[in-house]
Amino acid sequence: MTAPGSVSTRRLAFRPAVAVKVASSINWLSRQLGRGSGTVIGGRAGLALDPKLLAILAKDRNVALVSGTNGKTTTTGMLVAALTDGDSVPATNTTGANMPAGHVAALIGARPSGTVVLEVDEGYLGQLIEVAHPQVVVLLNLSRDQLDRIAEVRMLVDKWRAVLGSLDPAPPGQAGTVVVANADDPMVVWAASTAPDVRWVGAGQVWRDDAVGCPSCGGRIVFEASGNWQCDRCGFARPERFAWLEGDVLVTADGTRYPVVIGLPGQFNRANAAMVAVAAAEMVGTYDQPPVSVATALARLSVLHEVAGRFSTVRRQGRIVRLLLAKNPAGWTAIFDLLDESTQPASPVVLSINARVADGFDTSWLWDVPFERLAARTVVATGERCRDLAVRLRYAEVGHQVVPDPLEAVDRALQSAVALTGAVPSGPGDPPSVEFLGNYTAFAQLRSRL
Amino acid sequence: MSAAAGTRPALTVAVIYPDLLGTYGDGGNGLVLARRAEWRGVDVALVQAPSDRTLPRADLYCLGGGEDGPQVRAATTLIDDGTLARAVAEGAVVLGVCAGFQLLGQEFPDAADRPHQGLGLLDVTTRKGTDLRAVGELVAAVEEDAPRRSDGSPLPLLTGFENHGGVTTVGPGAAPLARVITGIGNGGGDGTEGAWHGRVLGTYLHGPVLARNVALADLLLGWALASRGESLPEVALDDAEESALRADRLARVGSLRASTRSGRSHRRRRRR
Repeated sequence: MTAPGSVSTRRLAFRPAVAVKVASSINWLSRQLGRGSGTVIGGRAGLALDPKLLAILAKDRNVALVSGTNGKTTTTGMLVAALTDGDSVPATNTTGANMPAGHVAALIGARPSGTVVLEVDEGYLGQLIEVAHPQVVVLLNLSRDQLDRIAEVRMLVDKWRAVLGSLDPAPPGQAGTVVVANADDPMVVWAASTAPDVRWVGAGQVWRDDAVGCPSCGGRIVFEASGNWQCDRCGFARPERFAWLEGDVLVTADGTRYPVVIGLPGQFNRANAAMVAVAAAEMVGTYDQPPVSVATALARLSVLHEVAGRFSTVRRQGRIVRLLLAKNPAGWTAIFDLLDESTQPASPVVLSINARVADGFDTSWLWDVPFERLAARTVVATGERCRDLAVRLRYAEVGHQVVPDPLEAVDRALQSAVALTGAVPSGPGDPPSVEFLGNYTAFAQLRSRL
Repeated sequence: MSAAAGTRPALTVAVIYPDLLGTYGDGGNGLVLARRAEWRGVDVALVQAPSDRTLPRADLYCLGGGEDGPQVRAATTLIDDGTLARAVAEGAVVLGVCAGFQLLGQEFPDAADRPHQGLGLLDVTTRKGTDLRAVGELVAAVEEDAPRRSDGSPLPLLTGFENHGGVTTVGPGAAPLARVITGIGNGGGDGTEGAWHGRVLGTYLHGPVLARNVALADLLLGWALASRGESLPEVALDDAEESALRADRLARVGSLRASTRSGRSHRRRRRR
């Protein structure tokens, strides 16, 4: 329980000082009343009192921004872990509060001259770069996501490109903004290639369906089996990489090989780790942040096993249930890859779909998800839009049960797990008996009930 | 799913250029058609036709939605290719949704509102709307003179999701498909949604419109089979899950409209 005004307001001018006081007081009150985690509402009030608050609070801090369609929250959590040195923990925004109000709240809680790692909604990245003067910007990937809510992929790419192109090159002897960008995602490359200082990381890309049309000339992007790619019409191609992932080894251009042995599961998290390791090593030179090497960053990731509940496991009826979040076709595809990596391929799966504001109202994306890959499993469909999901599964010819209540659905899947593997309870370190996959609010709903 | 005996080629359903069109899960329409034919014992082939190859001949074509650039490229490529126009002249069935509906018409706009030539397979013209995009649930009642089911009964209410910035006018060479109850549809102020002519049908209900409107799927399959002198076998499918989804969405349309008014959805306002 933090008392209001934990950040010193003495060095601020009157107006931003009042805004900070009001924002932190409201957040404190919100938490006391149990009306929420108390971040966005205070940040909103602070911004209303002083629209420049974000710029003022970000000044004199080491700021890293993380954006992209998938993996933002997880990668932000990973970068925080990589930059954490004993008791010196970077400030960060809480889950989902990835718009300016959430950023204000995170900065109010941050000590002066400290390091701040912010997850940024794709649509707000430009604004954040302009006001927060980040040392590092991590750009993960761009694919279709909630098209009824957020601009289509290409509109977003053009916006990023304009902002990154307006970054000034670093003055001699000083650090500018370094962009750490995924070289395997043509959309990200198109956006970041205008930036003056980029570390291209070959992190791989699961989802290519949104990158077939060349963003430069409208030609066709051709992907080779090696992962290399270029446009068949213009010269747009994968840039020279600073580092790349070969399976579970991160290779840098100088030939150094770093094993990527991390606590989080799945190839996409090894990709996130590659981005984080390069980004962490760029957070150098200013304020209190001690330099972090690529090897140190990766070592710190070996003990991180969940981020904001994602990939966490809970015990229920003596069995392990793993909680996975996926919001869009690329995310679901990556999670299916993760399920295939699991040592227990037969474990029943609970799929939970909602379509609230944070999820997008349109469930058409379900038809872009390769649910066919679940054909060999026991599948339980749940969530507020379990009917949409059930029809999709029917045409995927995936046998399923529909249990609208998510907790009942998990229990139904646990019964199936018992029938499959016998009544022996899971021991520590055993693979999950049930995999729960939910989209944004469906995931949050289940977590709050477990 | 291909013909083993080789007496007759399989009924071919082609999804056109999934590499360019298909932003909203529109590929699902091809899947729904193929499965519903297959489940009734019809020998069917589902083909994904990429934009870098000649369009294959098919009995039924699906055109999906897409972003502005790929939409222009798809139209240009289809005009140069020529297969689709020839197939339609010979009785092929076409379903176009969202951007696919627009490019079936005479003219459609790009992101900068420059007009582009459409395929001219449907007498509709699309221009850019001046307000926000039309986004949200759409419910429409099929027009009296629109195509009917094989037993002569009218198609039930159309339900689905729309997301477009275009305003489409239906010309004299085509007829509106339906009348909007909730949502925007064609958006020209006449309350119409979609258009059809012969065996070419377009709608703003994007994504897997056929999954929510299986009667429309069966109608298109019936047309495609009729072109070959066949008919859809009278096998009743268990559509309980589709019916449950339809009932669920239709029941919630009222509350969705309420939430629209409170500003939760960026639905375009009618300009009148």
